[in-house]
Amino acid sequence: MNYQPSSHDFVVENPEQQTFFVNREVFVSDDVLEHEKRAVFDRCWIYVGHASEIKNPGDFKTRPIAGRPIIFCRDREGEVHALINCCRHRGALVCREREGNARQFYCMYHGWTYHPDGRLKSVPGADAYGSAFDQKEMGLVAVPRLEAYRDFYFANFDRDAVDLQTYLGKAKDYIDLVIDQSPSGKMQIIAGTQEYDIRANWKLLVENSVDDYHLISTHSTWLNYMRNSGVNVTPPKGELLPTRGFGRDLGNGHLTTDNPNYRGRPVARWISVYGEDAKADIEAMRNELVGRLGSARAARVADTNRNLCIFPNLVINDGSSVTVRHFYPIAPDRMHVTAWALGPVEETEAQRARRLHAFLTFYGPGGFATPDDVAALEAAQLGFAAWREVPWSDLSRGMGKASDQQLATDEGHLRVFWRKWSEMMEARA
Amino acid sequence: MNEIVATTVSRAEVEDLFYHEADLLDSWRLDEWLTLLTDDAAYYVPPNDRPDADARYTLFTIADDMVRLRERVIRLKDPNCHAEYPLSRTRRLIGNVRITGIESDVISAAANFIIHRFRHNDLLRVFVGHYRYKLKRQGGRLKIAERRAILDAEELGLLGSVSFIL
Ligand code: FES
Ligand SMILES: [Fe+2]
Repeated sequence: MNYQPSSHDFVVENPEQQTFFVNREVFVSDDVLEHEKRAVFDRCWIYVGHASEIKNPGDFKTRPIAGRPIIFCRDREGEVHALINCCRHRGALVCREREGNARQFYCMYHGWTYHPDGRLKSVPGADAYGSAFDQKEMGLVAVPRLEAYRDFYFANFDRDAVDLQTYLGKAKDYIDLVIDQSPSGKMQIIAGTQEYDIRANWKLLVENSVDDYHLISTHSTWLNYMRNSGVNVTPPKGELLPTRGFGRDLGNGHLTTDNPNYRGRPVARWISVYGEDAKADIEAMRNELVGRLGSARAARVADTNRNLCIFPNLVINDGSSVTVRHFYPIAPDRMHVTAWALGPVEETEAQRARRLHAFLTFYGPGGFATPDDVAALEAAQLGFAAWREVPWSDLSRGMGKASDQQLATDEGHLRVFWRKWSEMMEARA
Repeated sequence: MNEIVATTVSRAEVEDLFYHEADLLDSWRLDEWLTLLTDDAAYYVPPNDRPDADARYTLFTIADDMVRLRERVIRLKDPNCHAEYPLSRTRRLIGNVRITGIESDVISAAANFIIHRFRHNDLLRVFVGHYRYKLKRQGGRLKIAERRAILDAEELGLLGSVSFIL
């Protein structure tokens, strides 16, 4: 590794002056990116997929995870695996489809065949190998660690990492809040994937996903749409947003916003956009929540929005709808984003349609908001061409306040990410 | 009982509609474009990995009813629609226009498209795919009741956002 710690610090915090600066070299440097891959992505729990995506024995999805080609699959016995999609013979992808159901993975190069659990099944002309060749040892390599929390599967390329539950820590409570929307405690990824690139550094999307300071300026056209549809989105006097929410430090670099809802929630807070017909249904869902969880927890589930970031690259936005999205850098100035909608398994057709409609109004590459986020991130990246002359990004909002007083429009929760990032980048292996 | 008389239509008439629509969209005359649609029209861009899916059960890229489509046009005309400010320059080539079916008053038609999109500070992005239309005759005029723009790309990838009307 030719990476050298810089002569200056990338993240510079001055509590006395109440300032917090990030050096823009971190958004443009190839060396930083290479070091991030090893020091951050290869040491953290990285989201792989959701159990509902591979429901039946033999189901698989292929996708890049932390830069590796991965087969996320369920074997014939129902066990979930994350196999590295790389033939043990001479390296070809053994599965070249996006998704499907497989009895086996057949490498098209020389015909080695693997079971869906990764074991090597057959080798054409196996008699040409010497006695050291042990077919039992030549299965597909699994990711070093694979663990799940409530159907969310994560991989870790560091064998010595703490277990997933310890890693997630307080973030688990926020995952639980999302799942509590479902009467059976079961959520599913809905079919239809949004996969797009942003020509910006991946860390900008972490910031953007939880940054409520940009709402009024970046998303005024979405606010207009809400207003035109009869939703009250006018901030009270002296406030930046319609409701006052907080940015929370969940430990281990995880963070979330926690906001009183004003923009409606499919479970279970009606707004005019849903139409009068939906009122009774939303009311019934609300009653189900109260009956199952009690009124305080029901209000927590139904009346708050939370944009949750699991360090380093998974975001679960539980807002107008639920989106699960993760992203990975392709280059310092480019990331690949994959996003899905998540919903309770027992949703009726009307409820599901409402959830998807609400999703598309705000989120995704055709939504009324996400394209403007993308534009903002790309504008920032273009600005960073002058990182030498204008080197510091300012994340000082709210620096003078206690951590439990940090508003979602402050930058306290963004600093949580940067402190963890900086700590991992500086740690010597 | 009302007797439904099957509509008749020529390919030339469908082509004229599509070419006119392409011109309106390329020149950002979006209010005029809206007049080509029926009052209950829908506009879909299915997800790249489920091109044949139904928007009621599947997460689309775009699934607008007429209410949201009118709001989309309001948004696109606003200088605070940052993804389209300054406006993209687009040029669409529409080809292989076919009438694919006529059922009572609904005419199904299809066409291929290539849309080149240029933006200040941006890459050239090329959107390739096909349209599936449902057309209806209203007051003698052929109108769009549904338009579905299906992209050939396996994923959006470097196409990025679909912030203009495909
Ligand atoms: S590379 Fe797979 S069989 Fe040779
Ligand atoms: Fe945003």
